[in-house]
Amino acid sequence: MRRVHFGKGKKNYMEIKIKRKTLANIPAHMVLILWSLVSIFPLVWMFMASLKEQNEVFSNLSLIPQAWKFMNYVTAWNVGNFGIYFFNSVFYTAVTLGLALLLSSMAAYAFARFRFLGRNFFYFLFIGSLMIPIPGAFIPLYVLLIKLGLADTRLGLILPYTNASLALAIFILKTFFENIPKDIEEAAIIDGCGKFDMYWRIFLPLAKPAIATVSIFTVLNVWNEFLLALIVINNRNLMPIQRGIMVFQGEHLTDYPLLMAGLTIATVPLLVVYFFLSKYILKGITAGAVKG
Amino acid sequence: MKGLYSLWKQSKRNWGVYFFILPALIVFVVFGLYPFIETFKISFYEWDGIATDAKFVGLANYIDIFIKNRVWWSSVWHAVFIAIFALTIQNAVALFLAVLVYRDIRAKKFYRMVFYIPPVLSLIVVGLIWRFIYNNEYGILNYWLNLLGLHNLTRPWLADPKTALTCIAIVQSWQGLGNAFLLFYAGLQVIPEELFEAAHVDGANAWRRFIHITIPSLIPVSTLVAILTLLGTMQTFPLVIAMTNGGPGFHTEVPVTRIYKMAFESYHFGYATAEAVILGIMLLILSLVQLRVSKQLDYR
Repeated sequence: MRRVHFGKGKKNYMEIKIKRKTLANIPAHMVLILWSLVSIFPLVWMFMASLKEQNEVFSNLSLIPQAWKFMNYVTAWNVGNFGIYFFNSVFYTAVTLGLALLLSSMAAYAFARFRFLGRNFFYFLFIGSLMIPIPGAFIPLYVLLIKLGLADTRLGLILPYTNASLALAIFILKTFFENIPKDIEEAAIIDGCGKFDMYWRIFLPLAKPAIATVSIFTVLNVWNEFLLALIVINNRNLMPIQRGIMVFQGEHLTDYPLLMAGLTIATVPLLVVYFFLSKYILKGITAGAVKG
Repeated sequence: MKGLYSLWKQSKRNWGVYFFILPALIVFVVFGLYPFIETFKISFYEWDGIATDAKFVGLANYIDIFIKNRVWWSSVWHAVFIAIFALTIQNAVALFLAVLVYRDIRAKKFYRMVFYIPPVLSLIVVGLIWRFIYNNEYGILNYWLNLLGLHNLTRPWLADPKTALTCIAIVQSWQGLGNAFLLFYAGLQVIPEELFEAAHVDGANAWRRFIHITIPSLIPVSTLVAILTLLGTMQTFPLVIAMTNGGPGFHTEVPVTRIYKMAFESYHFGYATAEAVILGIMLLILSLVQLRVSKQLDYR
């Protein structure tokens, strides 16, 4: 993919060089393709097993199903409750994302663009929670949710999820807001723009790439969360999909095709989101890696 | 003093700013900071989580953990094993793959995309798929070993105390590798091209360039990878729940499964939080040590 133009002789030389490079890269490609296969094999196995007949699991251990039983998905969706779990997860993820984006972008805007008393203190309070490991805070959190009457309710899951998403989101958005040139603000002030207008009409629309980065990390974290879902939710009709999977697995130990169909249902939306937003993951990670 | 006064004046003029941070702050204080502080407090009590009065026992929970609780310390050791497995094998392979993809090679985007698929998946999904793969009778691993004629290698991988923990470590690393890969890759991308060109002009070959430019430039990102790997592996939970639930016996118990079970199966909330505090302090110390070491390496 070289777009530089050389003289005729030079061009030939470049072509030879590129060809030689391609040849030299063959061992590298072999290694990389091997790891690609290792990376996706479990997903292939999951999908193929989800299309097998129940008794095929015990007789046909090869990768390819004989039955290609797509009905398994209908059964898992209706009988296995995966339909309910799926929509619960969509709901939790969407509401958490909306709340987290609103709260974190407002805070990040203030941290990035204003000087005020306690700014550094509050900012490091948030960022500190990113760095200090708190492996057992879920226990007092559970006690608190009971006291507030939020245990086994949707809000009881959404609020802790929102909290868990805030710190990283504030960090990413603050960094982004800081790099927006001062002139924009000054022009807006001359036009008589208030603080909230400035945030809502100017800064938020500019932050689209940062919002995309925050969104993908938030969606992945919330969709995949298990521990809080395990503690907070006991009502089946409120369970998110990761929790529902474990309930199904506990009750149908050897019902592998339906379980695998359920796992596929839990995975496909993530892969779709990932497919569309994957470049923002690299962006986010690069920003994080450079900052250290 | 003057700076503080002008800051105060500015804050007064800008008092509306606090409305921007207030909503986030309230959610954080209630659902993040308060439980964090409470963790320490509860750890000094004997409490079943239900009764209205908890009994203050001072350091008794801590003393019991340090002196008597073998299961806890073996669960810590299991997590350390998984961490070491990931820190060495997983991160070495991740670095190797990152260097391969970083070179002038086709299909960069494709590899980057595919290698990050495992970290995108939920640990529950990953754990259950691999549990099925490792299954003694219906799993594809034993099936393939039989096809290859390696009958004596087949075993109930997750039910055998000798292999269960290693199997979990492998899956944890299989998943974590994509993350480490992408971080290393990002670290490679920010090395200035001129460094390599200058070294090339000075006659340094590819290997020397790798040792003297690539490796030192990667020290900050390696620290980040190491700390994230450590925090991730030492606090692993859903994967173990999905694959073995701590069994066979206590052979794959990890700290967070212990903390969870101590609180929500045995109803010793105080004891469980004491375990959590000990784990948290260990992780904090390990992270700080790593930061220290990398700073010293960096300045050399």
